[in-house]
Amino acid sequence: MTDIPAGSLPVDKSQSAPSTKVRGYWGSVWNRLRYDYTTLFCMALIAAIVLAAIFAPWLSPMDPEKSSMANRLRPIGHAKFGLGTDEQGRDMISRLLWGGRVSLLMGIVPVCFATLIGGAFGIIAGYYGGKVNMVIMRTMDVFFAFPSVLLAVAIAGSLGGGIGNQMITLTVVLIPPLCRVAETATAQVRSLDFVDAARASGASTYSIITSHVLINVLSPVLVYSSTLVSISIILASGLSFLGLGVSPPTADWGLMLSTLRQSIYVQPLVAALPGVCILITSIAFNLVSDGLRQAMDVKA
Amino acid sequence: MNEMRSPDLSLVEAQSETPEAYVKVKDLEVRFVSREATVKAVNGVSFELKKGEVLCVIGESGSGKSVMMRSLLQLHAKKRTRMTGEMRVGEHDIMKVTEKRMSELRGSTISMIFQEPMTALDPLYTIGDQIAETVMRHERVDRDAGWKRALELLELVRVPSPERRLKAYPHELSGGLRQRAMIAVALSCRPSLLLADEPTTALDASVQIQVLVLLRKLQREMGMSMIFVTHDLGVAAQIADKVAVMYAGRIIEYGNARDVLMHPEHPYTRAMLSSTIKDQDRSAPLDTIAGTPPDLRALPDGCSFAPRCKYAGPECLAAMPPEVTDGRNHMARCVRVSAVRGLLAFEPGLAAANVPA
Repeated sequence: MTDIPAGSLPVDKSQSAPSTKVRGYWGSVWNRLRYDYTTLFCMALIAAIVLAAIFAPWLSPMDPEKSSMANRLRPIGHAKFGLGTDEQGRDMISRLLWGGRVSLLMGIVPVCFATLIGGAFGIIAGYYGGKVNMVIMRTMDVFFAFPSVLLAVAIAGSLGGGIGNQMITLTVVLIPPLCRVAETATAQVRSLDFVDAARASGASTYSIITSHVLINVLSPVLVYSSTLVSISIILASGLSFLGLGVSPPTADWGLMLSTLRQSIYVQPLVAALPGVCILITSIAFNLVSDGLRQAMDVKA
Repeated sequence: MNEMRSPDLSLVEAQSETPEAYVKVKDLEVRFVSREATVKAVNGVSFELKKGEVLCVIGESGSGKSVMMRSLLQLHAKKRTRMTGEMRVGEHDIMKVTEKRMSELRGSTISMIFQEPMTALDPLYTIGDQIAETVMRHERVDRDAGWKRALELLELVRVPSPERRLKAYPHELSGGLRQRAMIAVALSCRPSLLLADEPTTALDASVQIQVLVLLRKLQREMGMSMIFVTHDLGVAAQIADKVAVMYAGRIIEYGNARDVLMHPEHPYTRAMLSSTIKDQDRSAPLDTIAGTPPDLRALPDGCSFAPRCKYAGPECLAAMPPEVTDGRNHMARCVRVSAVRGLLAFEPGLAAANVPA
């Protein structure tokens, strides 16, 4: 065979001015996110909700726990109580602001911990396989066997009430699904050639996991965990409703929703307000996670 | 024909007097053990390769080519793999080095090009990052230096407008460019042994030739040894100095590329060559090798190819045929092959009487 001049392909010299400004992975993610206005809007919304919750003591016009029998179940648009009052005559604006604190805490903190713990176990199980995988995943299956609400009630019941215990409960409940997602994603990435290629170019197991597996597993896990935020808020409110979480009169969206249930025929709009808050928050989290998934997929 | 390969014994002497083998594999056996079965993937492979030589390993799917190569990098999962034999690359005894030392060798002294450029690059890192990663790991330089080297490497493997390609993600490149990027990763620390696992199989024909010519050129320039796995005989003819034909985990024919490809002695090699497209009559169907490769979980005694061989007789099944080597280091494992006047010769034997010519 004669020498085909593959070696003499023209090398474009005009472009070889050294402009080696390196934009890393996160830089490129941001670059794609910049033009995704839905996601940006939802991020702003979440930021606003979080800020409102943080600054609730200064923002709320009244004491959220001060009841007044004379002002029970005022409608939305009331001159004194902008969003009406609940069944004990407490100002809804103040309660919603304060309730956001507890609910967001319950939504975000357990998911963060569960993502860290469940994700770590899942990646270890998925990467090493074999016996390690069996031990970890079968243990998770034991937790999976219970419906999540039942499991939460069982754990919270044995730990007792209170915000701290409620967070521990939710974390434990959320670990198995996250672990499973991380395990599946890792096993998938593990079988791809680039993991072998990284090993063939001298990477240690640790650096393969941290630089190749983690980043490829991150996007499915992050997306899934952001959808869990709303589930966590709802689970938390369920626990509160049963008296296993925060106790009245502390404001909490879930708790408010369940106590206002009885007034749904009297003031349906007021009764729906905490639900609307949960809805908006969880939709915002879901849309952000969707946007993140797209932005984190370099092939998009 | 005989004129062309006159047994030039003086030349033979000269050749066999250079003992400096860079890669030395002796009686390598690889078994994959699971609860259900033991797969005998490689069953006693021995070869030597000098510095700057290219060995082409040819064989069907499942003949143990890739397994043999991956063993040289110790890429198999330790728990499920049993390896025996001897493997040396330069002064390193691959069977005995520690895992830590091995990971230093991987990518620097020995590196590997994978078959699938689509999946062998991490989709989440730019080409530049992936080349720089290996450079940074082995030469302990910073990111800027790594990227600088990456740029040089892309120029080396003739990627057009390398500046732009450095910042591209793998999915933004064509298959040929991706394979060039893979080659750049493999060459990044100037390996002295390059393992290429069917690097051109996933590419289309015109790109195949470009990549092959490039690889051959780089291999010569850098003085690397190269082990090149393929099932394409045309590719082997292009690039090889030595050719090893593998069947069921054994090398059944080995020798200089010219000897093996022009004067194959083992019936398997012969059958394989006659089933490739050269300049046969268009109307005649191509020859095929009947049957399928043996099950590596239960290898029969004797010659593994015997069940498919048209020259096979009862003596083939008795025991594994010994290696027969002639003065030119041309080896074949077949009972019907013997060395005559310093050259291998195949005698069809009795069974051939039944075979239409």
